[in-house]
Amino acid sequence: MSTHDRVVDPFLDDAVPALPPPRRRVRLDRTPVPVPETQDAPSTRVRTRGPGGPERMRVERLSVHYGDNAAVKDVSLSIHAGEALALIGPSGCGKTTLLRTLNRLTETTAGADRGGRVLLDGTDVEQLEITALRRRVAMVFQQPNPFPMSIFDNVAYAIRVQNRKRPSRRDLEPQVVDALRRAGLYDEVADGLDRPALRLSGGQQQRLCIARAIATRPEVLLMDEPCSGLDPRSTTVIEELIGELRRDLAIVIVTHNLAQAHRIGDKVAFMYLGDLVEWGDADQVFGAPRAQRTRDYVAGAFG
Amino acid sequence: MEPPSAARSSPLGENRRRSSPPGRVFARLREPWTDRQAAWRLGAVASLVLLIIVLMVAFVAVRAWPVLQANGWISWLGTGGNVDHQLGQMIATGQHPPDSAYHLRAWPLIYGTLLTTGASVLIGLAFSLLAAIFIVEFAPARIRAVVVPAVRLLAAVPSVIYGLIGILVLAPWVGSHLISPGRKDSVQNVVQIDGTGVLVAVVVLTVMITPIMIAIVVDALRAIPPAWTEGAAALGANRWEVVWSVSVRAARPAIVAAAVLACARALGEAVGLSMVSGSRGFSPNPVDGITYLFEPIRPLAASMVENVDAINAPPVRASIYAFALLLLLSSLALSIGGYVAKLPMRRQGLRV
Amino acid sequence: MTIVPPTAALRRDAPRPAPRGDATRGWRWSQRLALVACWACGLALCAVTAAIVVYMGVRGVQYLNPELLFSRPTPGLQQHTTGGILDPIVGTIVLTVIGIALAVPLAVAAAVWLVEYGRPAPLARAVESGIEVVAGTPDIVIAIFGLAIFQLPLFAPLSFTASGGGVFGRSFLAAGAMMSLIALPLVFGAAREGLMAIPTHVREASWALGKTRICTIRTILLPQIRTNIATGSALGMGRIVGDTAVVVVLLGATLQLERQGDVPILGNLRGTGSTLTSYVYGASPAGEGNAPQKAYAAAFVLLLIVLTLNAAVDLLGRRKEPRA
Repeated sequence: MSTHDRVVDPFLDDAVPALPPPRRRVRLDRTPVPVPETQDAPSTRVRTRGPGGPERMRVERLSVHYGDNAAVKDVSLSIHAGEALALIGPSGCGKTTLLRTLNRLTETTAGADRGGRVLLDGTDVEQLEITALRRRVAMVFQQPNPFPMSIFDNVAYAIRVQNRKRPSRRDLEPQVVDALRRAGLYDEVADGLDRPALRLSGGQQQRLCIARAIATRPEVLLMDEPCSGLDPRSTTVIEELIGELRRDLAIVIVTHNLAQAHRIGDKVAFMYLGDLVEWGDADQVFGAPRAQRTRDYVAGAFG
Repeated sequence: MEPPSAARSSPLGENRRRSSPPGRVFARLREPWTDRQAAWRLGAVASLVLLIIVLMVAFVAVRAWPVLQANGWISWLGTGGNVDHQLGQMIATGQHPPDSAYHLRAWPLIYGTLLTTGASVLIGLAFSLLAAIFIVEFAPARIRAVVVPAVRLLAAVPSVIYGLIGILVLAPWVGSHLISPGRKDSVQNVVQIDGTGVLVAVVVLTVMITPIMIAIVVDALRAIPPAWTEGAAALGANRWEVVWSVSVRAARPAIVAAAVLACARALGEAVGLSMVSGSRGFSPNPVDGITYLFEPIRPLAASMVENVDAINAPPVRASIYAFALLLLLSSLALSIGGYVAKLPMRRQGLRV
Repeated sequence: MTIVPPTAALRRDAPRPAPRGDATRGWRWSQRLALVACWACGLALCAVTAAIVVYMGVRGVQYLNPELLFSRPTPGLQQHTTGGILDPIVGTIVLTVIGIALAVPLAVAAAVWLVEYGRPAPLARAVESGIEVVAGTPDIVIAIFGLAIFQLPLFAPLSFTASGGGVFGRSFLAAGAMMSLIALPLVFGAAREGLMAIPTHVREASWALGKTRICTIRTILLPQIRTNIATGSALGMGRIVGDTAVVVVLLGATLQLERQGDVPILGNLRGTGSTLTSYVYGASPAGEGNAPQKAYAAAFVLLLIVLTLNAAVDLLGRRKEPRA
């Protein structure tokens, strides 16, 4: 069954009173409180996490300047597998720039200067060959951008590009189907994998982009406001998806929707005008923020 | 929102008095037009264009009729005899020729046309695609600033200048350096080879049609949404793969349009090709090997230009109009073919 | 978890430019080959252009002297007796003027009707397709069609009539009329683009003031697309100047401008002549003249005219940008 069957849609379902989405509480020893299974969703798995995921990426004193303008100033944080790190902050605070630096997409912009370093599994990303880096650190963009090809070709794109010899369709099919299943899209498109991808709805296109990004099993998944252009139903579906995916990957998600960060983030990093103001567990940053600015932002004093 | 319509006559209309009829007509035209009058008059002028096209097809078809009738609709396109000889006979028969004078088998000319057009469009398309990718993706800014004006310049040069360079520079060079005397002797019983021929014609025609194709493909590659190229790069594709598997793939409708346009231009090229193609209605035989490249041909358009002096002879006139009809139908077929080729691309969501 | 202080304290690593890396590291050999091919095509393009320009320039300067520009061509067997290229230059200018003078009103009227009125819709679509058909027709076919039209007795006053009653059909007027067909799609396209770029609120503002549609067109829209029409005309002129087939078929191919009848200007228009393109064609080994030096000189002048028109188009295009 696909993930969206488990969603209670507050806009459509009037009979059931709206329940707040379940929140996992994380205790300091990192064992999560198990979520009870809902009755009509036998495929729901208990969301357990291992005893702390290994560190996947580390950002050490990163600064990014566009000419005289400092987009990111001296940021250090670490990204662990099994976690979703939510980057929050008002517009223009540098969170998207920070995200794009993680897979070296800032280099495509002319005039970008960098300081500090980013490590992937202990290796400086500048030492890695750039396409090898991007195979391990995949990205999903704000607007869904499926290529003008069939659904199958979209998901298989990354696999084809990363193989020296051209894999046949028979070899690709299981990987494509697996990626679509993990993205929660397979049931909706199983009968027409060769249909044009641009015919799908917005939420389906974004899930297709997620499937495309995870098809080659990257280690880190970067998401740049993936739900900002979608309707609430699709947003909920994708948030559930992120909860699932986070088990195998490290996820970094940029969002300016505080409630969303609260729902899906395990760690939260708050940035303001290029500086990293506060970084910690979601409960702590939202519940008991230490910096005044964080307190103001979380309370909605500015946006 | 709809515009108001003016009164029929202007307030000053009564004061304008012209005595002569033309004066009155011009006076009436100079009064402010109503919208209905304007729509009718402008529409008539615009429809003039349609009228011209209909007349063009009609005239050409009517004048071509005698040749089609005398030879059969299809068989005049076939082989049989020396077409130069046949045209020569036509010229000799004067104003009231017998039916036998209309005998024409135009296959060598058609073959020459297909050969030059096909070869130059294929070579030009490959070249243009690579050059366009170079301009859009890989060229350093300083080199791009030279290449782009160079393409515009090449597109603007008249075809007669390409023909001049072809016949005064390329053909003699080919004739003295690439064709050995032995080769000339080997075919001298059939045809004279002196440099002008298939090779020089294809080279000159390719240079003529490539700049337009490059311009169209470059525009299309630049119009690809950056979301696609960035998405491909973020998935681990290197620069070449991004350009080839996403940009070029998405620009396929434009590539088809460029090919159709280039084909149309190549088909209609008369003067430039008549200067460099050797001007013999001869069908080069691929079995001849390398000599094949040097044998002379004469495409349809060039044949028309070269025989236009003799157009007063009725059979020649009918033949020339028959060639024109063939070219017109080919242009039409090309446009339809291009439209059909783009249909499956529309399904994938490409802007055609 | 620690709080990082909001301002950057010590920055031990100064910002450095993004790493360039090895540009083709990890590429397959076929992709590297393709990259080399792209570079080769790009550089070949520059080389071909440079070769053509330099060669024509060298030959032109070598063979062109000012007296050629001002003396009339005469038939002759030796090159040095064949005179200059004044008549072809005049012929080119006259033909271009006639062609543009006929094309611009027709094209602008058609563009205005199509964009501003456009009813009935099937007719509008037909006109649009029709102009595309004209744009795609080879110029030799247009020339032959022109011959068919102008040899009709109806158009006898436009050219020479032989004693036997056969209308010659070749004259400046005939050629100019067909040249206008060649320039028409270019001017039409430019005018239409200009009109479609004007936002609707400009028209609506004018209508709200009580002006009729045609008055709006005349007083507001047409002045605003002046640059577009100029660009289209320059493109059309470039095409007319460079066209040979129409000239060879419809201009009678006499070296000098031959007057037809006794009326000074009208007689010349009804008469025959040559242009730079037909002169180059005739003087080359493919024609009868066999005067390659004169051909180079005329081709050089032709190239200069075409490049000037091209530069004018560029200039007009750039002038439009800051205004828009």
